[in-house]
Amino acid sequence: MSVTGQGKGWDVLDSQDRARFEQLVLPHLDAAFNLSRWLLRSRADAEDVAQEAMLRSFRFFRGFNGGDARAWLLQIVRNTCYTWLEKNRQVELMTEFDEDLHQQSAATPEALAIAGDNRERLARALETLPLRFREVLVLREFEGCSYKEIAAITSVPIGTVMSALARARQRLQRALTQPAQQEAPHEL
Amino acid sequence: MSCDFPGTLLHAYLDGELDAVRAAEFERHLEDCRECTTTLGAIESLRSSFQRAQLYETAPAELRRKIRGELKSPATGSGGSAVAAWRWLAVAAAILMVTGVAWFSLPHFRATGPESVTAAEVIDAHIRSLQPGHLTDVTSTDQHTVKPWFDGKLDFVPPVHDFVDEGFPLLGGRLDVLGERNVAALVYGRRKHFVNVFVWPTKEPDTPIHPPGSRQGYQWVHWRHQGMEFCAVSDTSAQDLHDLAELFVH
Repeated sequence: MSVTGQGKGWDVLDSQDRARFEQLVLPHLDAAFNLSRWLLRSRADAEDVAQEAMLRSFRFFRGFNGGDARAWLLQIVRNTCYTWLEKNRQVELMTEFDEDLHQQSAATPEALAIAGDNRERLARALETLPLRFREVLVLREFEGCSYKEIAAITSVPIGTVMSALARARQRLQRALTQPAQQEAPHEL
Repeated sequence: MSCDFPGTLLHAYLDGELDAVRAAEFERHLEDCRECTTTLGAIESLRSSFQRAQLYETAPAELRRKIRGELKSPATGSGGSAVAAWRWLAVAAAILMVTGVAWFSLPHFRATGPESVTAAEVIDAHIRSLQPGHLTDVTSTDQHTVKPWFDGKLDFVPPVHDFVDEGFPLLGGRLDVLGERNVAALVYGRRKHFVNVFVWPTKEPDTPIHPPGSRQGYQWVHWRHQGMEFCAVSDTSAQDLHDLAELFVH
């Protein structure tokens, strides 16, 4: 899935803008790749999509008003990922989202510490979460984004971010401590 | 056992997203709610698992090299790119239609979100101020030097008093930013400790001095008085902060 062509689209900015882009946006390439990788659950696809997102951010760079470059880039990355999923894995965008929040997790901190100590298991548990839960967790736990930043990146109100995070963590706990029970009905 | 504290608040607390008053409130609640204590422990355990597992995946060197290469290549309008450019335009148009143009409108960054200041922000600002050379922009024990210094730098006039006789000598002042708003920071000494008192205007009614909150070894106290909002933060005792707050109110 490469739509970038080889070397095309990169000639829209003059050298001054390029230098600014390199200074402000390029340092967040890891963040762009990491978010793509966890949203798409594939390194190979993430490489393509992250590259495309970088190209798009380059083309839209003149419209960037000088705020938080990482959040600006991650918003573009997220949109690019969703567009890609729409084209390639529509089923992922249609997963249920509602969950009873009052159902507290029965997992003890000790049990979770043991389960969470297994890196592979933790990664798999994260991957089984529905897309929207996964993205808030990645932005919060991996990128350390504030709720306000997450709200801007994902275009939802702060209250929604807060409840999505709460639910995401709850589901992750369950996925970790009850591995036998399939956590991902949306998986094909 | 049922706890009527909304579950989401617990997460906001853990993420440092509660404002100073509610964070302190929640800490008092934690003292006798076992359910919340357990849940908080579970989430903290989850978080440290994430930190240990290091699941962050950095960009492959090849991707970085490719993008750097594109940036370095001279801007050209060579004829060979016309077809590809058209193809790109078509794709871009399709993408724009699907995703909208949300990313153009990032100025809303500043407009969204609660006006309140979170405990994490206050403590971050305090810690930042302790870096060498960051504590004060104007260094003076004289309130008549510090107060005029703020003139024209803020859209309000912070109350500046020296409380040296009460054991809180004024050390100076500084401009700071909290919740994306410019605030005055007044710096006081307390024995060997520094106290930052952040001040900004508010339209909310006065409050009494709220019970202290604490996080990462720092204490803070929050109150509103005569159209100003105050948050005092330090590693000195909560009692000290309360005493200082009393001086401001009286």
